[in-house]
Amino acid sequence: MIAPQEMLIAAIARLITDPAAPPARHIAVGAASPIPAAACWLVKKLGHEVRLSLLHRPQGNPFTEGTRELFDLAGQGRIDLFFLGGGQIDGQANLNLVGTGEWPGTSVRFPGSFGSAFMYMMTPRTILFREEHSPRVLVARVDHVSAPGVSAPGVFRRGTAQALVTGRCVFAFDGAGFRLCSLHPGETVESVRAATGFDFAVPDAVPETSPPSAFELALLRGAVCDEMLATYPQFCRSVWGRGETSTRKSA
Amino acid sequence: MRVLHIDELAALVPDGALLALPPDNSLSPAALVRALVRRGVRGLRLLGVPVSGYVTDLLIGAGCVAEVQTSAVTLGEAGTAPRFVAAVAAGTISVIDATCPAIHTMLQAAEKGVPFMPLRGVLGSDLVAHRPDWMVIDNPFAGGGDPILLVPALSPDVAAFHAVCADRDGNVYVGRRRELATLAHASRRSLVTVERMVEGSLLEDERMAPGTINATYVEAVAVAPRGAWPIGLLDDYALDAAHFAEYARAARTEAGFRGYLERYVLEREPAL
Repeated sequence: MIAPQEMLIAAIARLITDPAAPPARHIAVGAASPIPAAACWLVKKLGHEVRLSLLHRPQGNPFTEGTRELFDLAGQGRIDLFFLGGGQIDGQANLNLVGTGEWPGTSVRFPGSFGSAFMYMMTPRTILFREEHSPRVLVARVDHVSAPGVSAPGVFRRGTAQALVTGRCVFAFDGAGFRLCSLHPGETVESVRAATGFDFAVPDAVPETSPPSAFELALLRGAVCDEMLATYPQFCRSVWGRGETSTRKSA
Repeated sequence: MRVLHIDELAALVPDGALLALPPDNSLSPAALVRALVRRGVRGLRLLGVPVSGYVTDLLIGAGCVAEVQTSAVTLGEAGTAPRFVAAVAAGTISVIDATCPAIHTMLQAAEKGVPFMPLRGVLGSDLVAHRPDWMVIDNPFAGGGDPILLVPALSPDVAAFHAVCADRDGNVYVGRRRELATLAHASRRSLVTVERMVEGSLLEDERMAPGTINATYVEAVAVAPRGAWPIGLLDDYALDAAHFAEYARAARTEAGFRGYLERYVLEREPAL
C-alpha cells in the first residue's frame, strides 16, 4: 500500500532529477515542508550528487548566519532549486501567501509572504507544491501577489515555476500557463478541471503519475524517514508510523 | 552591562517600543515575553526577524501589540498562529507585510549606518505597493533599464533574544545563530536572557568567540534557565511540540487563550 504522501514525494523527486531542467546542485527547503524535504532526501539517497540545505533542522542547520545566509546565497545564484506554495496559486503561477479580501487579508489571513517575493525570482527553478487541490486554492487570479510567476521585460529574474504538484496531479509551467502532465491514481481530466479555478492545457494523452518503485519505497520508509524524524516528527508518525508522540525533553 | 532579574529586564522595554524578536528556531526569548505580559506592556510594535512565531502570537493575544512588521507569523508544524489571525480579522493590530530578505537587508543597512540598501527580486509583488517606505529606482550602475528595490535602514528600539550563556563582561553566546549579531548591531539596545553565566571571557576563547556577540551591543542580561521554553535552544533542549499543540488548540478561542495565560503566564514562571 503506497501512501498518498509517498506518491507526491516520488513525483517531486522525478521533477528534481528531470534531465531537461537546469541542474540542481544545491537545493534549499524552507519552512514546514515535509513532502519536499522527503523528496530531496530521496534524491540524495538514490545517489545523486546534491547539496541539501534544510532550514528547519533543529540541529545541524547548514547555515551559521541563519536565513540571512540562505537569501544571500540565493541572491548570488548559488541556490539552484527551491520550493514554494501558496494560500492561493493562479494560472500565471502567481503566489498569494498574504490573504484574501482586502489587504492584509481581511477575509482569510494567510501566514505571510516569507521569502517568496525574493526566492521565486532569484532561483533558476522553483517547484510549487500544495497538497490541497481545490477551486479556493487554485484560482483564476490571486487576490494579492506575494510573488509573481512572470515578470515584466527588464526585471531581473533567473527563473520561475518548473511545475506545480498537488494532491491530484502534476502540472508543468511554460512561463505563461500550466499544462497537465500526470494524474494521481483515481483522478481524471474532468475531476481535475472541476477542482481547478484556472484554465490549463491538456495534451491528448495524460499518463498516471508514476508511483515510487519498490526500491524507492524502501528508501523512503528507512533512510529518508531516519533523516526526517527530528525535524518532522508528526509527519513521520502519520505517514510511516514512526517517531515519538512528543519531544524528548519536554518541560 | 548589568545583570538583572528578568522582571527588571522586562521593565526596560517601554510601552510603544519597536521590539525586534527572532523566530521560533533562533533563540526566541519566551520567558522574557511572559514577563512582558505580566508587566502589562502596551502598544508594542513588533518586528519579526525575519518571521514571527509563538511569542508574537502570545503578545498579540495578551493585548500588548499595536503593530506587527513581519514576513510571516506561524507556529510551524503546529500550524496557524491563532491570535494573530484573530487580531487581523478584528482589525485590532496593524500589519506591515514584508519579505524575509527585505527585513535582513533593512537591518544590514542600519548595521552599516547607511540610509538604505538595494535588494534584488520583490518587483511585481504587491508588497511593494503596500510599502510606501520602499522605493524602486533604476540601477545607476547599469546605464538604464534595470529597476531595483531600495529598502530603508531600520533600527529597532530593542532587540530581545535568549542566548546560551553570558560572561561577566556581558558578552553573550549565540552559537551558530549569528544572524542575531546583525540584529544586535542594528538595534539601539539588546536585552538578553541566558541559560547561565560563565566564568572568564567568551571572547578570549577561540572556539566560543565566533559565536559570541560583543557586550558593546548588550544593555542588560538576566538569567532565565530554560528561558526559551516551550521553544528549543540550539542543542541544549528541543522545542516542546506537545506544548505547542496545546497552545495552538487553546488559542483558537479568546476564552481558551485566557485560560492558557492564567495557567502558564500570568501567575509566575512555570516550574520547568
